[in-house]
Amino acid sequence: MTVITKEAPPRVEGRTFDPETIRSDFPILSREVHGKPLVYLDNAATSQKPAVVIEALENYYRELNSNVHRGVHLLSQKATDAYEGARETLRAFINARSLAEVIYVRGTTEAINLVASTYGRRNVGEGDEVVITAMEHHSNIVPWQLLCEDKGARLRVAPMDDTGTLQLPELEKLLGPRTRLLSLGHVSNALGTINPLRQIIDMAHDRNIPVMVDGAQAVPHLAVDVQALDCDFYAFSSHKLYGPTGIGVLYGKEALLKEMPPYQGGGDMILSVSFEKTTYNALPYRFEAGTPNIADAIAFGKAVEYFQEQMASGLLEYEEQLLDYATEQVGALPGVRIIGTACEKVGVVSFVLDCAHPHDIGTIVDQEGVAIRTGHHCAQPVMERFQIPATARASFGMYNTRADVDALVRSLHKVIEVFG
Amino acid sequence: MSDLKDLYQEVILDHCKAPRNFREMEAPDKSADGRNPLCGDQLTLFVKMDGDKVQDVCFVGNGCAISKASASMMTGAVKGKSIQKVQELFNLFHDMVTARSPAEASAEGLGKLAVFSGVCEFPVRVKCASLSWHTLQAALKDEGTCSTE
Repeated sequence: MTVITKEAPPRVEGRTFDPETIRSDFPILSREVHGKPLVYLDNAATSQKPAVVIEALENYYRELNSNVHRGVHLLSQKATDAYEGARETLRAFINARSLAEVIYVRGTTEAINLVASTYGRRNVGEGDEVVITAMEHHSNIVPWQLLCEDKGARLRVAPMDDTGTLQLPELEKLLGPRTRLLSLGHVSNALGTINPLRQIIDMAHDRNIPVMVDGAQAVPHLAVDVQALDCDFYAFSSHKLYGPTGIGVLYGKEALLKEMPPYQGGGDMILSVSFEKTTYNALPYRFEAGTPNIADAIAFGKAVEYFQEQMASGLLEYEEQLLDYATEQVGALPGVRIIGTACEKVGVVSFVLDCAHPHDIGTIVDQEGVAIRTGHHCAQPVMERFQIPATARASFGMYNTRADVDALVRSLHKVIEVFG
Repeated sequence: MSDLKDLYQEVILDHCKAPRNFREMEAPDKSADGRNPLCGDQLTLFVKMDGDKVQDVCFVGNGCAISKASASMMTGAVKGKSIQKVQELFNLFHDMVTARSPAEASAEGLGKLAVFSGVCEFPVRVKCASLSWHTLQAALKDEGTCSTE
């Protein structure tokens, strides 16, 4: 029996989570789609952005725009302060030990590629093994495949059961003397499953195997503490956490990052350059070549501050209740099968209908203003595991309500009307 | 809902539920696999030739209503036609489903295939409607596979 504790963040007394107030913070929610109010249920793909984030972006370009870490002029200093200030917000958010452990990247995908092509390239050799799981997003499969092909190493995949729960005894069997790294998702994007990370990491560390975590789907729904988890690397993206696209974080333990070769070469990642020898910069800058995505990093910090406020008001409990309601309502439709029924899940309801292909479902509900994702969700092996070509997926964010679930269910009745 | 009715016409729903020529073929002269990785549509097409004419054509696979119905109706439309005639039909069909508006979507020369004219209002579904046609082209050109991502 696996017990997962959804660690609740500190809750501020007397504050309650109010989705209606939240909704008014997101300008896009007042628009219409095909003449109907927008019901946005594709949050696992990307979340919408609150006004504070949009304003932070605009404010940066209106008031602060300048290059960081270089100029002695005022704007450059102010831009640097805001950019590094956001890094501190992000550090505190995941409870990293130091700023050296918080590396800005384009997103989760780049973070995984960074680890594969630096830590992986240095530590994985011929005959070695990298272990992943059957529920990974393509971005946590392909970088390891590339690495293993290049090095003559072997990629091994831990299975899951019919509910979409990772089979821990099977995973444990795969962790052997040749395993150089375990890389897995904290939460499955296609199924919503929360993996018992703490337990898995202990299992790997008992065998001296480091663990990389794809946290893209976890950070918007769970309180993540990298020290409590004791993970070696943790990656997440801003755009799924109510921030802008094109920015994310790779957390890595300083001791590991220090030993890793650089990822990309260029400006900012060096201390001095001559044609004979280059001395690399200190962490985290060593992994941040080139002018960074300054505006989006600053706005990412704002998004995290906004998200933390909602967590303190009870967001996570609210999301759990909404997931229960959605599971019950969608599950009651005739001919429906919910894919991913693990005990511990975040707000994702992936499903198929007997009468209609997911792609047709997507088109019909879209006409009702309901935005869901249909397809393989960049997790084709997951679809294969359940022997289905695709699913329809409703995924929830902080601004979703029971009314949104009801709109989804009404639109699904239309699908059944057309195809039933 | 008027747009939706254009897309999911009765004929299309009928072909989706009971696709014609939905079978495998033993010893086909030509065949090809078609995939639309974005939504998971997948079909295998088999062709029997008689000189330069398509004598018989059938398919297996699964996909959305639009892709299934399109494959089903295509098999009916191309049987007995020369490769050149099939190509002409494909061009007409392609022009119709990729038209910028329903007013510009000409169904002339397409006969029953005109039911797919509503697809042009749903740009993301064009690949579903044209998958079987691209796959047929791949089969006739002996290319083996075709992907419409």
